[in-house]
Amino acid sequence: MDFGFNQEQELLRATARKFFENECTSEFVRARMAEPAGVTDDFWKKLAEQGWLGLIYAEEFDGTGLGFVDLTVLMEEMGRAVMPGPFFSTVLLGGLAIQEAGSAAQKKEWLSKISAGQTKTTLAFTEPNARWDAAGITASAKESGGKFTLTGTKLFVLDAHVADVIVVAARTREGKRPEEGLSLFLVPKGAKGLEVKLLPTMDQTRKLCEVTFHEVTVGADALLGAKDQAWGPLSRVLDRATVALCAEMCGGAQRVLDMTTDYAKIRVAFGKPIGSYQGVKHRAADMLVEVENAKSLTYYAAWAMDENVPEAPLAASMAKAYVSDAYRRTAGAGIQLHGGIGFTWEHDLHLYFKRAKSSEFTFGDASYHRERVAQLINL
Amino acid sequence: MDFTLTPEQQAFRERTRAWLKANIPAEWKAIGSTEVPRPEAYVFLRKWQKKMHEGGLIGATWPKEYGGQGLTFVEEMILHEEMALQKAPPMLNVLGVGMAGPTIIAYGTEEQKKRFPEKILTCEEIWCQGYSEPNAGSDLAGLQTRAVKDGDYYVINGQKVWTSLAHMADWMMLLARTDPEAPKHKGITYFLLDMHLPGVTVKPLKQITGDAEFNEVFFDNVRVHERHVLGGVNNGWAVGLTTLMYERLALGFGLQMRLRIALESLIEMARRVEKTGRTITKDPVMRQKIAQLWMDTEALKYTGARAITKLLKGELPGPEASTGKMGWVETHQKLQELAMEIEGAYSQLMKGSERAIDGGVWQYGFLRSRANSIEGGTTEVQKNIIGERVLGLPKG
Repeated sequence: MDFGFNQEQELLRATARKFFENECTSEFVRARMAEPAGVTDDFWKKLAEQGWLGLIYAEEFDGTGLGFVDLTVLMEEMGRAVMPGPFFSTVLLGGLAIQEAGSAAQKKEWLSKISAGQTKTTLAFTEPNARWDAAGITASAKESGGKFTLTGTKLFVLDAHVADVIVVAARTREGKRPEEGLSLFLVPKGAKGLEVKLLPTMDQTRKLCEVTFHEVTVGADALLGAKDQAWGPLSRVLDRATVALCAEMCGGAQRVLDMTTDYAKIRVAFGKPIGSYQGVKHRAADMLVEVENAKSLTYYAAWAMDENVPEAPLAASMAKAYVSDAYRRTAGAGIQLHGGIGFTWEHDLHLYFKRAKSSEFTFGDASYHRERVAQLINL
Repeated sequence: MDFTLTPEQQAFRERTRAWLKANIPAEWKAIGSTEVPRPEAYVFLRKWQKKMHEGGLIGATWPKEYGGQGLTFVEEMILHEEMALQKAPPMLNVLGVGMAGPTIIAYGTEEQKKRFPEKILTCEEIWCQGYSEPNAGSDLAGLQTRAVKDGDYYVINGQKVWTSLAHMADWMMLLARTDPEAPKHKGITYFLLDMHLPGVTVKPLKQITGDAEFNEVFFDNVRVHERHVLGGVNNGWAVGLTTLMYERLALGFGLQMRLRIALESLIEMARRVEKTGRTITKDPVMRQKIAQLWMDTEALKYTGARAITKLLKGELPGPEASTGKMGWVETHQKLQELAMEIEGAYSQLMKGSERAIDGGVWQYGFLRSRANSIEGGTTEVQKNIIGERVLGLPKG
């Protein structure tokens, strides 16, 4: 048994930390918050050069062929830097959907381009009903003459405004169960009838869109994987993206804890550093306990994804439920222990506080996942 | 990262499981509580531990020459997991196995290492821990029990309190002050004290559970031979901290096991208890609470596994190790509260009432759990330790 990271993974962590400290500074993040794209060509190119855009894709698709535990290390460092931009949507949503559902030819075409930094993508899954289960998908794709016509509205779609191709989940058939009759389609940017609207978001490091399909017609070659059979791969994508998000959240929570303890050591009140007062010290200790437990469940879930163990979905839901609460509370406590300075725009804490909030509701919040845990343990 | 076991470890798991299945007696189901050993089960539990030792299950990490199995913490963890899965009775000599034995093996003379550890494993000699005093609890280094040299002997005078199992213990891990002039951490010595010596008086303390599991222990000119000093005169603080480290680590496995057994029992109860006309497990709010407990329990398990990994690699445990006790306490108290919530009005009925759910066993567990955040270091002290030693915050 070995529940730790190996030397290569520690090396990846050190490399990533240094890279983000240089390339993804507070100034960089704030500049990206202020513009629609959320990323620069130069930064994207550097991510590609590091091999991180193809980290989890097989080598035959020009990826690095690493696993989810390796990815966890990278995600933690990205979360630590509150990295903006379409990495998550491209690599872990659109790209992962292509990897899980696509034909060999589709994988070859798209994953190679993603790995090389030539294509950005995303997954259009949720709708105005804001559900993360199969029943939430009501957008339809009607087949006629070998073509499909997509109709419906997708909401909370990450980075659709910069995606070269959008993977869309739509209903091709009404089944007995909501999991039946779902299909995935690749819809290119600029398709006729495709409307993408960027939404103002609380967490400006995450760009969310409303994507409307006004009878968008695509060819049969746009079908990603088997018709009507998308739920299997989709649920795997959601579980995996959830675990990757948890890792990112852990990295952010750890950074908040670091900032807070650093500050508590130097900030003096009543003649002593505030960290010497138990009111502050005990809250910092509570933060540590939650952050460490959050990591434990996340690391286990990452391992479960790599090994495809039967309890992998349970591991993903346990992690998301726990980490959602832990990051929100840690970020809130971070602001509280900083006092007034923590409430300013100038201080970086609010970037983490807002990222914690947006992440909390992405792929389902704590109560959604606790209920899923209840179901998976046969309660 | 790899959770798979080696073929040898897998074999150990299978052997342990088969042994437990074959040997957990049916009578345990009748006495069985998932909690700490209770007086009515002492005789049974003494026999049970002896049997487990004969089965080669206790003392996994102890060297073979001192009665152990010479295995690693992985086997220790497997053992405790299997004990949880099979709902095995707890170990009676828990302080001896978890604390006294490992400390003696770490600091003892060859004579001490030959004399004590094996009898701990067989439950032939039960141990208690003489640390806390009426004026030295969280501030342990302020202890006042005196040990004065007299020839080959030390003469002990003073008092200990909250001493679990002292009423049946044969030996005590005793911290006493040998140099009152030295700074308070430096003048303490660790003794192995025979509880049957003249001058040792044990007075049970009745607790909020109604049981007398804790005691006051008085020393009136108790003469302890110097060969029963452990780890050197005036070196007791370091030795005592080692014991506490083992307490948190080794007992951690046992605590983990108890939590898991209790959680399974709680879920089982939730399946047959109704609240406002529907089964507890169909109630969305209760489902949330039970799922959260499940997650908290799993998180503790994996946080523990991270600490063990570091130990196995020969590294010092990191922040994840120090959070275990506190995390366990919070989760266990939450679990016991939830058990009361599930029982609703029935939670008021104690053992003895035919109406009491599960014979009133949860009421004892609920009351007993209040001590968890006090014994073995209060939660407040744990938070100071985490704040200062892990996060590096200044002392108050």
